[in-house]
Amino acid sequence: MIHENFDTIIIGAGSVGVPTAFFLAKAGLKVLVLDNRPSIGQASNKAAIGGIRATHSDPSKAWLCQRSLQIFSTWKELYGDEIEWKKGGYVYAVYRKEEESSLKALLALQKSWKMNIDWLDAKALLEVIPDLNAEGLLGGTYSPDDGNASPLLSLFAFYKHALAHHAKFHFNEAVIEFTKQNGKLTGIQTTKGYYSSDIIINAAGAWAGELGKLAGIPIPINPESHEAGITEPVQPFMEPMIVDIRPMGITSNFYFYQHATGQILFCFSPEPPIQGFNTRVTSDFLPTAAQRLLDLIPRLQNIRVRRAWRGLYPMTPDGSPFLGPVLDTPGMLLAAGMCGQGFMLGPGVGELLANVVTGCSSEAQQEILQNLSLSRSISRVEMLK
Amino acid sequence: MKMTEKNNRIQAHPILTVNRGKKIHFTWADQPCEGFENETIASALIANGFHIFQHHHKDHSPQGLYCANGQCSQCLVLVNGYPQKACMEPIHEGLQIQPLDGYYTLPANVPNVVYFPIIHKQIKVMIIGAGPAGLSAAIELGKQGIKTLLVDDKNQPGGKLVLQTHRFFGSKEFVYAGTRGIDIAKNLSNELGQNPSVETWLNSPAVAVFSDHKVGVLKDNQQYALIEPEILIIATGAREKSLRFPGNTLPGIFGAGAFQTLLNRDLVIPGQTFFIVGGGNVGLIAAYHALQAGIQIAGLAEILPQCGGYKVHLDKIKRLSVPIYTSHTILQAHGTEHVNLVTIAKVNDSFRPIPSSKKTIACDGVLIAAGLNPVNEFLYQAQEFGFQVFAAGDAEEIAEASAAIISGRITAKKVLSKILNTQFFNDEIEDLLKFKQVLSSKPGETLKSKPSLTPAGVKPIFHCVQEIPCNPCSGLCAQHLIQIPMNNILSIPDFIDPDGKCTGCAQCVIGCPGLAITLVDYRKDARFPIVTLPCELTVNKDAIIGRSFPVTDFEGRVIGIAEVIHVIQSAKMDHTSLIKLIAPVEIAEKIAGIQFEKRIASFSENTVQDEIKSQTMLCRCERVSEQEIRDLIQHGVHDLNLIKAITRAGMGACGGKTCESLILQIMREEGVSQAEVIPLSKRPLAMEITLKTFIETDTVLGKTENHDS
Repeated sequence: MIHENFDTIIIGAGSVGVPTAFFLAKAGLKVLVLDNRPSIGQASNKAAIGGIRATHSDPSKAWLCQRSLQIFSTWKELYGDEIEWKKGGYVYAVYRKEEESSLKALLALQKSWKMNIDWLDAKALLEVIPDLNAEGLLGGTYSPDDGNASPLLSLFAFYKHALAHHAKFHFNEAVIEFTKQNGKLTGIQTTKGYYSSDIIINAAGAWAGELGKLAGIPIPINPESHEAGITEPVQPFMEPMIVDIRPMGITSNFYFYQHATGQILFCFSPEPPIQGFNTRVTSDFLPTAAQRLLDLIPRLQNIRVRRAWRGLYPMTPDGSPFLGPVLDTPGMLLAAGMCGQGFMLGPGVGELLANVVTGCSSEAQQEILQNLSLSRSISRVEMLK
Repeated sequence: MKMTEKNNRIQAHPILTVNRGKKIHFTWADQPCEGFENETIASALIANGFHIFQHHHKDHSPQGLYCANGQCSQCLVLVNGYPQKACMEPIHEGLQIQPLDGYYTLPANVPNVVYFPIIHKQIKVMIIGAGPAGLSAAIELGKQGIKTLLVDDKNQPGGKLVLQTHRFFGSKEFVYAGTRGIDIAKNLSNELGQNPSVETWLNSPAVAVFSDHKVGVLKDNQQYALIEPEILIIATGAREKSLRFPGNTLPGIFGAGAFQTLLNRDLVIPGQTFFIVGGGNVGLIAAYHALQAGIQIAGLAEILPQCGGYKVHLDKIKRLSVPIYTSHTILQAHGTEHVNLVTIAKVNDSFRPIPSSKKTIACDGVLIAAGLNPVNEFLYQAQEFGFQVFAAGDAEEIAEASAAIISGRITAKKVLSKILNTQFFNDEIEDLLKFKQVLSSKPGETLKSKPSLTPAGVKPIFHCVQEIPCNPCSGLCAQHLIQIPMNNILSIPDFIDPDGKCTGCAQCVIGCPGLAITLVDYRKDARFPIVTLPCELTVNKDAIIGRSFPVTDFEGRVIGIAEVIHVIQSAKMDHTSLIKLIAPVEIAEKIAGIQFEKRIASFSENTVQDEIKSQTMLCRCERVSEQEIRDLIQHGVHDLNLIKAITRAGMGACGGKTCESLILQIMREEGVSQAEVIPLSKRPLAMEITLKTFIETDTVLGKTENHDS
């Protein structure tokens, strides 16, 4: 059995764990990443469709994603890897008064956080997306600085550079138990060895709640499954991610965009939510998604659908993640409950946690940790989950 | 882009009737072309000399027909603005077809869209695939009146049987041995038609298996159906393995199935001179089909020291002067837009090419027959999703079509046992399993042919020295003089005629699937007996009677010259001519072949050009090279799904159908333990289909019309 000590152990080599490992290793720490799957990103990262926006309704998430946007958008320039970053913006297209008023109310708040987001009337919106269904269109919000990238290529880029900074990754290795001394976490027994560390980061995505139980920390994270689809590639004709927050039938919203590869990726939130760990594709998804997609972009009628899949959203009661230390259990740091936004939050979260571990977090970061701590009072619910 | 101005259509065929439909006019890249009703776009284009259907968006490399089976997406063309698989889509009058170069622009204007409601259907048994296994299973279920839905993506039932113009081996009692594949397909279809409880959907590919126990089908290639079967039978057959060599994706390089589809289904000639890689039954039979269609075979390479296919198949093509290169492999296909040359080399004991043995051979087509993989994605998904699912035919285990027929019957009986909750069929299943074992057996020992002792009377000579599962000859002799024991159809036929009962009727000569029986008649002249040979090539009897030609032994060695005295052709002889020769007694019994023309194509050996090596492609859809993947594996990336995430290999239109097994080969070469490797995630859909297909109602239609701009 292996016995090794690390400065930090991260559990979960996904959208959050890998960039976190990169920032920690870059800061010079001895980092171990554990995952029970055969390689990085084999759980929910590869199910993500790639949207990255700072335009949230929770200021902490907005701040974190602002950082993520900076990291994604400058990555190729700084590190050379192609991650298919595209600054296409986000559009929340509005066809009903109720969404207009709720989005406009939020807009005022977002503008107060100095975000680049505006309300466009129908005519102006059609200039941004000429193929959007004009019938009944009232307008929408447009945030041009948001964008998208490849979750797969981005994760591999973080992985590559984490390795270059000597982070260690152990795959096909599951956590069996946590060891504690005087109430403080001291290490992990896995299926292959024992590793000691003063800091253990729970970045286990949909499984973060299960992992919490193992450490004796109840974390209210429950997975919900969402299905997504992708088409064949066609010449670029749509810039932004388009979000339609109208509930319809078995969906509570719908969103899609054209990726740098020319493919359209699309996804909806099921209503009622589908809870549990099942990621097997059902026959309901494509007919429902096709209807919503064609309602918005009739031009897509003959585009050919290539594939569909299902991934997990680790949901928290209020739609915001749990970040940072756990009050009663020193040694455990949370990077969990991303509510389906692990990819866009990952780099911002990773950078913040690296600052926390190395003791150089900023005032803004301290405030985020307060807001997103496990012990926060869960009162309001994120509007744009 | 245009290979030749010639019309590349077969005008006459020894086995098949040339019977084209109405002439159709269409355009390719704005040039007027002619085709025929019911032809696929791919066949019509190739018949017009066009082999390059698109240029790839990634590196602009030329792409052409590869699988001709709706599986690979290499043959996409733009039809009226939208991509279509040229191998599946029929041509119509006035069709405007364009190459698909890079990404296409999604047309903005979509006039008069027709939406079909989604069909929701529950059924007792659903069978995916109407090939030999699926058809046989459906027939058995139909006999018991079980409500069954049989779906297939092709426009006729029979699967690959419809491409097989040769007579089948096996047992005449059980599986139509001695009958041509095309006729077996008809027989099975006719038999199926007598079972009203079976509904058959042709042109209806199964596109997905879902976890809510439904199977998505694109009925008539246009209407989405969600089928909920109580029991699912996967009879999806096999797909061909690809091979790794530089230039492996050049247009003009076909899988054997594609080649046979062009030749034997569509009567189109994809090239004048082919080189064949692979000496299993598929490669050997395809070579024979090529020769029957008038295509030259520049050579056949087999990496093993011996061809793995049946010896009778090998001997047939040897007698037609096909150069066989055993212990050889293909090193490279040359050409910029189309293959025009291959380099082959001898391999050493560890199958590594020996550089000094390189030769280049001119050809305008290459046929890859490197073996088959089961099409089993649906099977595995259905198992994972908890369907009651059974497999039949190649989807279960790769074997001959005759074994697939038996496999279909076995599966049907297992399903019946389940439905009827009975053990009634157990004995039958047991017997069929034993018999399938025999049909699937590898060729046995090759024996020495027995010399004849008495050059007198008339008698058949068996040029059949290898133990294979085949017995039609034993039933062909009206005098019952040819014997193969029922309990061992692998054994070589015995001719027992102590009383000289053989009349020389030549039924055995006509009916032997291996063309391995000749007749020697000493009755007129014992020193110059008459030798009767079977021939399945197009023969102009007036041009050969009275002339002498080189004759060969059963393995193609020229052993003398003999004069043709008579040619018998009759509608009753199943497209087989009988050639009668006069030959000296010394060679008469050895003669098994005759060479009407020199068939060796002109080729240049030993003149290897040093040119920049083109890349070996592993993933055709996304054009991911072997080098790129090998580099990753050498850098420790051993997870297929991560390789896919990084390189896009397996992420394209086909979903890893050809590249997965090639990547696994490289993993093995790089010493990655197979236990470590997790297969590529298989997700629906199995093929790309248009978004509008999934619309449940026609409510979007109105909005659409308002927004056409």
